[in-house]
Amino acid sequence: MAHRTILIVGAGPAGTRAAARLVAAGMRPVVVDEAAGNGGQIYRRQPAGFRRTPADLYGFEAAKAQAVHGAFAALEERIDYRPQTLVWHLWENEAHLLTGERTERLAYDALILATGATDRIMPVPGWTMPGVYSLGGAQIALKAQACAIGSNVVFMGSGPLLTLVAYQYAKAGAKVVAVLDTAPVSAGIRALPGLAARPALLAKGLYYTAALWRMGVKMWRGVTPVAIEGDESVEAVRFSDARGVAHRVVCDAVGIGHGLRSETQLADLARCDFAFDAIARQWLPVTDQDGRASVRGVYLAGDGARILGADAAEIAGQLAACAALRDMGVAVTEGELADLRQALAPMRRFRAGLETAFPWPARLAAALPDEAMVCRCECITAGELRAVARQKGAPEVNRAKAFSRLGMGRCQGRMCGPAGAEVLADALGVPVAEVGRLRGQGPVKPLPMTAQSAP
Amino acid sequence: MGRFQRLAEHDRPTISLEIDGMTVTALAGDTLQVAILTNAASVRTSEFDDGQRAGFCLMAACQDCWVWTVSGERLRSCSTEAMDGMRIITRGSAWHIEQS
Amino acid sequence: MSAAVVSDAIVVGGGIMGAATAFFLRKRGLRVTLLERGLVGQQASGVNFGNVRRQGRFLPQVPLANRSRAVWGRLNELLGEDAEFITPGHIRVAFRPEDVARLEQHVADVRTYGLELEMISGNALRARFPFLAGNILAGSFSPLDGHANPRLAAPAFGRAARREGALVVENAEVLAVEKPGVDFVVETRGAGTYRAPLVMISTGAWANTLASRFGEKVPLVAKGPQMGVTEPMAYRIDPVIGVASEVAEEGIYLRQVKRGNIVYGGGWRGPALADAQRAYVDPMNTLRQFPMLRRVVPGIGALRIIRTWSGIEGYLPDDIPVIGPSGKVAGLFYAFGFCGHGFQLGPGVGETMAELMATGETVTPLAPFAISRFDKG
Repeated sequence: MAHRTILIVGAGPAGTRAAARLVAAGMRPVVVDEAAGNGGQIYRRQPAGFRRTPADLYGFEAAKAQAVHGAFAALEERIDYRPQTLVWHLWENEAHLLTGERTERLAYDALILATGATDRIMPVPGWTMPGVYSLGGAQIALKAQACAIGSNVVFMGSGPLLTLVAYQYAKAGAKVVAVLDTAPVSAGIRALPGLAARPALLAKGLYYTAALWRMGVKMWRGVTPVAIEGDESVEAVRFSDARGVAHRVVCDAVGIGHGLRSETQLADLARCDFAFDAIARQWLPVTDQDGRASVRGVYLAGDGARILGADAAEIAGQLAACAALRDMGVAVTEGELADLRQALAPMRRFRAGLETAFPWPARLAAALPDEAMVCRCECITAGELRAVARQKGAPEVNRAKAFSRLGMGRCQGRMCGPAGAEVLADALGVPVAEVGRLRGQGPVKPLPMTAQSAP
Repeated sequence: MGRFQRLAEHDRPTISLEIDGMTVTALAGDTLQVAILTNAASVRTSEFDDGQRAGFCLMAACQDCWVWTVSGERLRSCSTEAMDGMRIITRGSAWHIEQS
Repeated sequence: MSAAVVSDAIVVGGGIMGAATAFFLRKRGLRVTLLERGLVGQQASGVNFGNVRRQGRFLPQVPLANRSRAVWGRLNELLGEDAEFITPGHIRVAFRPEDVARLEQHVADVRTYGLELEMISGNALRARFPFLAGNILAGSFSPLDGHANPRLAAPAFGRAARREGALVVENAEVLAVEKPGVDFVVETRGAGTYRAPLVMISTGAWANTLASRFGEKVPLVAKGPQMGVTEPMAYRIDPVIGVASEVAEEGIYLRQVKRGNIVYGGGWRGPALADAQRAYVDPMNTLRQFPMLRRVVPGIGALRIIRTWSGIEGYLPDDIPVIGPSGKVAGLFYAFGFCGHGFQLGPGVGETMAELMATGETVTPLAPFAISRFDKG
């Protein structure tokens, strides 16, 4: 068989397992990852010279993390691994890579996007102030740098990461002042049938909550965030509890987030079709059950395709690799495909349960005060967004972006996109699916103007 | 005064950097963001609301932790390893546009 | 079937040409309908560089550009909205003696059209614009030109036209324009039927669809400008800067907005898929632009770009637009194919076409832009 170049973007659980499956089939994939080390965000490695054990870093997930790390280490001689490299654009079956200030083109026959996720953010007044971090960011400070984001930390939002990060902080010796969950208790009960699809995960979630309780961390459910207060630095969080009683908690750092959102820019630049996903309330690349995108030769796996978590990402990575192999004429047994698909099924049910238990609080977008910042790059407030919706006539997000600059900044709408769409939809009085999605524009991340193309 | 609190991994070699003209100490293996925020309260000023910023996502997504070196290089502090002898500017910019 | 909506004039296509024409037709008291397939100012008018530049144009176009510049100066009062139009000046710079000679000739030529430019060379140039590269030989400076925000200008014309009483219908794709009798009948896809004795077609890169029905198909092709923008920086570069060169790749242009971002474009053009309504920036074009931008403003090399975009522009082989009456059908007018330099002309085209359609004549010479120039069999 002629030499084929298969490019995998992302060296987390999905990318690692995809690479392993391709290597098993005799391929030598190129694996590109922005980070210096493999593992993705969930199994992120600490720098050389750090001494904490895998159990310290990954808790219950230590064995899985070690397995993924081990699998990657076993591949390194048999793949073309390019760490600290960004795929900043895709064009006509070529990836444009940026390493330092050098860019080069890499032609591929197949592209597996395993680009992972970032926090899904619902702004709260004051969220751009120093001391406020995403939940994922707070976790990385601890996991990769052995730091807490402050001395007295509040975690606020919802989703599995909320209690997990709070627990990890408390266990590592940080002072966790409060855990403020926007999800009501009733949502958790409604979600039980879905969550029961993965009893071990459900049990872990309950364990973290119980452990926080034992450690004396104050926890509220069904809260409505009001504001993060301070003068150039976090001083307190104000919220109202499920009964509407106002509270103010003094702290110097806050971790916020409401689950995760898929990183889909590269699928967009590859010109894949997208569809609105009602569970994620996000526009996601359309794939078949094995991860084939609408564009020939492009495959998606892991949280970058849809948020199913690390275990599902490992399976989806293998599935995407199998799909790519099949499409290149390499035999893959029906049995292997069937087993992988079957293993994914409960994870999809669990995901639906999670979204019921920890709903994305669209109502908070509608309730954001006009002066609250939505776009932290360009400093665009909810009021400015509402004004362009109502006065200038912006029926969809790209028009709102053109008029207001929301999503035009350095992060390209990663942070403000989900909430911005909700604010706009609310202002227009339409379902969020109707306001569409921000079109992807290269470069995926800021590109130095000294960048030179390799000859 | 620092924002980030070190909880473990204290016994690494120290490095020293210059941040806004002040010499500070950090530890080998720190990201630049950690090196700054264990010594200071923020890493940059927003261009549009004059507000102080101290990063947000720590995973190279939000782009809200870019700093300058004295010599005019741009560094995203959360994804750059702090190196001994770095000279960083977090206030204003080192954009030298005029011809010398 | 519902009855046709009757007006005095129908403008098909709500880019800046159509929106401005609709606005000025209302100002002249005509009942106007503006039909736009998508949203006003969403295509080439909304994604271009935002140049409000008169120098460097085809000489017979300068009177129209001058007229347009006068409208730009009154824009805020006319529209009641700010399209971020500022006039820090526009400079064209040259690196080669032969390009300097061309600039000098142009400075002399446009003077007869009432446009005063200033040649500045050597140390005087750098004393005034210290961010320019040391090896630039000279520049021609147009002090009253500048830039505006293209995302705002055409939609502002559309809203102002509506406030003045025009019927502005968005999401109204025009399927057919027929002239069965005295009036034109315009059919849309699900957004009604319209009738008027005057019609203007200003549908940009898509104009042939309608023009060909009247036997006036032109050799129009769609291309995409290759735009980009840097992260925001302290506001230091006030004039718009363009490079005068015969070499396509060298022909870049840039401007810094007051918020600090530097917007740039130029060099090679990219693919534009008119049917799919998508245009793209080829990443290789982005990389080719960087050394050309650093060549003009070396300090820009320290920055990062944060976004690129393109749009669908209509180009004609002689690089000149079609503006004026149909050569074949009374009451039919055109304004399209602006070859990537229409934004500055937009308000002036609107005022001129409104004058022409309302009175049958205009003080601004349009003969060089007649569609009949392609009617050679």
